[in-house]
Amino acid sequence: MSDWINTLIFGIYPYIALTVLAVGSMIRYDREPYGWRSGSSQLLRRKQLMVGSVLFHVGVLIVFFGHLIGLLTPIQIFDWMGVSHSFKQIMAIVVGGVAGAFALLGGLMLLHRRLFDARIRTTSSFGDIAILALLNIQLILGLATIFVSLQHLDGEEMVRLMNWAQGIFTFQSDAASYVAGAHWLFKSHLFLGLTIFLVFPFTRLVHMLSAPIRYLWRPGYQVVRKRQTNFKPVE
Amino acid sequence: MKIRAQIGMVLNLDKCIGCHTCSVTCKNVWTSREGMEYAWFNNVETKPGIGYPKNWEDQGKWNGGWERKKNGKLQPKMGSKLSILSKIFANPDLPEIDDYYEPFTFDYEHLQTAKESEAMPTARPRSLITGERMEKIEWGPNWEEILGGEFSKRSADTNFEGVQKEIYGEFENTFMMYLPRLCEHCLNPSCAAACPSGAIYKREEDGIVLIDQEKCRGWRMCVSACPYKKIYYNWSSGKSEKCTFCFPRIEAGEPTVCSETCVGRIRYLGVVLYDADRISEAASAEDEQDLYESQLSIFLNPEDPDVIKQARKDGVPDAWLEAAKKSPVYKMAMDWKIAFPLHPEYRTLPMVWYVPPLSPIQAAAEAGTIGMDTAMPDVRSLRIPVRYLANLLTAGKEEPVILGLERMLAMRAYMRAKTILGKPNRAVAKRVGLTENQIEEMYHIMAIANYEDRYVIPTSHREAGEDAFRERGECGFSFGNGCSGGTSEADLFGTGPRKKLTTPTEAF
Repeated sequence: MSDWINTLIFGIYPYIALTVLAVGSMIRYDREPYGWRSGSSQLLRRKQLMVGSVLFHVGVLIVFFGHLIGLLTPIQIFDWMGVSHSFKQIMAIVVGGVAGAFALLGGLMLLHRRLFDARIRTTSSFGDIAILALLNIQLILGLATIFVSLQHLDGEEMVRLMNWAQGIFTFQSDAASYVAGAHWLFKSHLFLGLTIFLVFPFTRLVHMLSAPIRYLWRPGYQVVRKRQTNFKPVE
Repeated sequence: MKIRAQIGMVLNLDKCIGCHTCSVTCKNVWTSREGMEYAWFNNVETKPGIGYPKNWEDQGKWNGGWERKKNGKLQPKMGSKLSILSKIFANPDLPEIDDYYEPFTFDYEHLQTAKESEAMPTARPRSLITGERMEKIEWGPNWEEILGGEFSKRSADTNFEGVQKEIYGEFENTFMMYLPRLCEHCLNPSCAAACPSGAIYKREEDGIVLIDQEKCRGWRMCVSACPYKKIYYNWSSGKSEKCTFCFPRIEAGEPTVCSETCVGRIRYLGVVLYDADRISEAASAEDEQDLYESQLSIFLNPEDPDVIKQARKDGVPDAWLEAAKKSPVYKMAMDWKIAFPLHPEYRTLPMVWYVPPLSPIQAAAEAGTIGMDTAMPDVRSLRIPVRYLANLLTAGKEEPVILGLERMLAMRAYMRAKTILGKPNRAVAKRVGLTENQIEEMYHIMAIANYEDRYVIPTSHREAGEDAFRERGECGFSFGNGCSGGTSEADLFGTGPRKKLTTPTEAF
């Protein structure tokens, strides 16, 4: 891969993707709150969703937070904690592999249901089908990189990927060079991941930004809204 | 004491003729849209029957409503907040659309376009979800209309609990009644409690429970948590929707569409004052048979000067306090005790109440084997078993229902004597514990049922709450960003096709 393409895809594209993700989501949240939803289709068909959705979501959540922590925590912190690079890599392979496999199994069930169940197919938008397909491909690519990783368990390639991700977030102009020599599977996985960031605000994926964790500590159960009122009771 | 006011509703089932006008007018106004074809904010069920959606009253299956824990605290029957959140990826308590029915239309066009043939052309059903042909319609919102279907299926109705139901499957002993249902606008709504987004709220000023369509994320927990199954998931918009109690009409002092169009004049709307501080106390009564009385205990007498003083302090407008004094809902629930909440055992403190129906006297009574007590038959000889009504309205406690039925019979006997014999039957009034004035008023409101007696709705004072000047020329009711259409039809954020704006110059 020539240098400039590498810089374009892994040096510049990440900023484009992340900017669209952030700005696009903000615009959508502000301008189109009615369209901001999870888009559940459970009402129309329970079958395949009950198992598929749980496998997919739990798997993807583990994989997502694994990537977040694994890629963005400075390697010095792991060194300071005494976690060797090769141990970290094996952990990533095992946890990511198991969770990724569950997510893929669930994702394929959901994709099958979306494509071949008439009720779900006709009520799906192009975006609904496309994003699910993209996520499944991304899971397959991610799982495929395990076979590359198993060739060298010293953790060096992993550290290069960490350097790249952290380089992007710390505005290092040469961040792209860290991944210049990476295996094409890693590169495709990175590219597709960035692309998913890019399309994020235009798909149903936005529902993850409103994950209702706050419900757990919302005081009490009832919600009462009071109209802004200027009433002065007559004594 | 914190006094709030609510517009409550009472439906006099004794006069419901099951014409479905309420359902149809409601549908035309609120739910004739894609994604909501299957939803009926108001529907009329024939009881006994399993209803719409199927078996909605079976909370062992759907886990709706509240549960009283051992420590006396209430918790949604679906579980703690953590366990509700754990159902977010796949909700085992959610009905499937087939539990309601798959919405359909008919190929009407075929009737006009069919070629000449020996047989008459027919309009065959077509699914409104997939657009495909439906070979057979399996279920609908009033499938059990006038006892349709086999008794074996209808008798799965949970209100038969404690009733020897077999004999009611016999033609000679069968009974039926209509039950129009809508959102109960509960004092202790379990839908709001289960909403992870906090999108469902109760309006302080009039008690109407609404879903904020811009805050709803479609986690669909409310659909399960509502024991009346009166929240519907719009599969097209991905948001939940429910009966709005026609709040734009109520705010203007007009009755809801279902009430306005009721040909039987069975619906009543009026203000009820209640003590908001005692909601959780009333909803957590230990014995579920006490829930009817415990809900009555938080309703406040609008004539009591202390109540009026406190209500003013809590911001209830004077017009509302005046309306509360004339409220037919308060009179039926509190003064005459003839209206009852629907399934108080769900602990949601519902605010749409029902007057139980009288029914023909069973053959045995007519043949004289059961004594006719003065001018009044024993209510136990009525065709609809008292226990059945009690299971529906008072968690199985029969005494209040018996008294309610007796008072309605007494009203008839009293007035019959008055108009036919020329002198009212005072003894019968006394027997059921009502004064003559009360019976006359009951007759006026329930039998004559003038429009202004049925609907006593004070207007809301929006002009005092909002800056009306800023509201002028505003969007009105629309979905989402419905007023800024834009010039292209492109749908950037997947929110459905935009309304393309046409400028006047383009139109002409």
